[in-house]
Amino acid sequence: MNAATMSSASSADTPSAKLAFQLFVAIGIAVFLLMMIAGALFRATQAAFVPIPANFAYELMTLHGAGMVGVSGLAGAAVMWYFLRRYVALSTGMFFAMLALSLVGVVMILAAIGIGRFAGAWTFLYPLPAKSMGVWGPHAAAAFVGGLVFIGVGFLLFYLDCALAILRRYGSFWKALGLDQLFGSGPLDTSLPPTVVASTMVVIINVLGILAGAVVLVMSLVNIYVPGVTFDALLMKNLIFFFGHVFINATIYMAVLGVYEIVPRYSGRPYLINRPFLASWAAVTLIVMAVYPHHLLMDYVMPTWMAVTGQVLSYLSGIPILLVTAYGALVNIHRSGLKWDLPLRLILFSLFGWAAGVIPAIIDGVIRVNLVMHNTQWVPGHFHFYLLLGLVPMLLGSLLYACTRGQWKETALDRASFWTFGVAGAVFCFAFLVAGWQGVPRRFAVHDGAWLSFAQIGTLAATLVLVAAVVLGVRLLARLPRASLSA
Amino acid sequence: MQDLAWTLSLVLMAVVAAVFLWVVAGAATPGGDAAAIGRSSFLWRARLFWLVIVAGVVISFATLWEWPIAGHATAAGKPDAVIRAVGHQWRWELDRDTVQVGQLVEFQITATDVNHGFAIYQDKTTMVAQAQAMPGYVNKLQVRFTQPGDYEVLCLEYCGLAHHVMRAVIKVRAGS
Repeated sequence: MNAATMSSASSADTPSAKLAFQLFVAIGIAVFLLMMIAGALFRATQAAFVPIPANFAYELMTLHGAGMVGVSGLAGAAVMWYFLRRYVALSTGMFFAMLALSLVGVVMILAAIGIGRFAGAWTFLYPLPAKSMGVWGPHAAAAFVGGLVFIGVGFLLFYLDCALAILRRYGSFWKALGLDQLFGSGPLDTSLPPTVVASTMVVIINVLGILAGAVVLVMSLVNIYVPGVTFDALLMKNLIFFFGHVFINATIYMAVLGVYEIVPRYSGRPYLINRPFLASWAAVTLIVMAVYPHHLLMDYVMPTWMAVTGQVLSYLSGIPILLVTAYGALVNIHRSGLKWDLPLRLILFSLFGWAAGVIPAIIDGVIRVNLVMHNTQWVPGHFHFYLLLGLVPMLLGSLLYACTRGQWKETALDRASFWTFGVAGAVFCFAFLVAGWQGVPRRFAVHDGAWLSFAQIGTLAATLVLVAAVVLGVRLLARLPRASLSA
Repeated sequence: MQDLAWTLSLVLMAVVAAVFLWVVAGAATPGGDAAAIGRSSFLWRARLFWLVIVAGVVISFATLWEWPIAGHATAAGKPDAVIRAVGHQWRWELDRDTVQVGQLVEFQITATDVNHGFAIYQDKTTMVAQAQAMPGYVNKLQVRFTQPGDYEVLCLEYCGLAHHVMRAVIKVRAGS
């Protein structure tokens, strides 16, 4: 089938497709900003800046975690849908279905927390949802867990649609990942888009991740309503961390499509597949799934080989990020004579955020280090680095680009917001990392006196980040009516 | 260990930042020969790749050759003292809380209800070691305290509303 015909049919600016995209972005911005406020309030509680009682603080913590993971997934999926539909025929209906089901899930989660007082953290670590010591009831726990089920189903529908579309166009995942070329001889057919390779990887990992999530969520629901039915706590922990790790990593692997598609438009140099690129994506497909034991290094009852795998694969996972994606983008722009604007600045900054953020993560993945840093604030330190300074600007830059057709009129406010976000964001993340270095535990609503200064600096920085994020979010919202699906 | 992790992270993150700044500073300058840049960068990447692989092998052996968790898996020493630590919502139950400096103390850690985290702190900003406390399982952690004092135990796995007040004290006294 002619690729041009296919792509023009799929990426057409039909009213429903454009509306779907605009809804995703508008809801995404609103939820992100609200979740940032929830997170900042939790940090402010740790700083003893606000007199929020511990129970409400833990509700905010739960809301922030669940909300951020969910909205990151939705925004990442929006970027993936936006670009992938240029190459394969995606259904706008399924895209809407993901949003609708996710919104049902969001309402359930909000009710669980706001009305039911559920505060089991976004990781819903079995058997905590069912064992609140009377703080929340079974319906609240079930609403939270059930809400996640709805969101998961929505995503599964989207990924299945992507899978079918990819298979129809390329015949097999093997070919869509370019593995027939990687293991073949002769020059590569570089017409295989990087977007298709990356999207195929995401489909594979997230379908498996979400299915594992579905299993553990249903098991949790059973335990909530039939407490006599219990499950092996270690099995549940493995399922939960496999699901969570894969899902949150998939958000970045979806967002990175924006890098592959947009950066070349500024540099004037095409971003084509090559053997290291194909090898990298094939490797991460497996690594991202097999590395999850790095969340379980302090569970000594895990088999030793899994702990070793967790450490070794954590180290190896840095290679595709640093030496392929970040390196490839830097090579693409090196002395290219490009013109900087806000979308591009955000995207390049996001690559730095991701590349730098994986370093403390990999170091924490060394068992000897994990022994004294696991569940300290080193953990939110590293994941806020590559999410707040990596994922968020990557999404924002890509979505801004989609709404500007490359004709961005830079203002002083844009520059000020970008720099405020970047610098304050870095201070915010380093406040966590320094606290983690000093052993400050994570997920404590109330901090001991010796830990207060880290939380206070973090809260002040968070406030600045929030202000910058609001400005950037409003800038994006204002341009949303001009969104083009073929920018 | 924490100092090493922090310093190494800072240095490597600074290197990444420097590389980004250098490329970003020159990106608006035209005239780069894309083909030549491509060839040279491929060569450099191949060198970096093998450097990272070799470093990874060395680091893996260095950090795993002697199993990092004392008392877990093989080659555990025979403990001089055993403390059974049970996590409940929201308190620690220890069958003893006083040991002597220099003794090899084995903590047998479990929980009765939800996941907890048993973390031993020398002072408010220095963690000695930790393990998860799980219902249905016992994690064994061996620690040899080299300095006397009161070591605080914090819960390091979120376990509900009083997670942050779930504390205990291990008293390490000079030997007789």
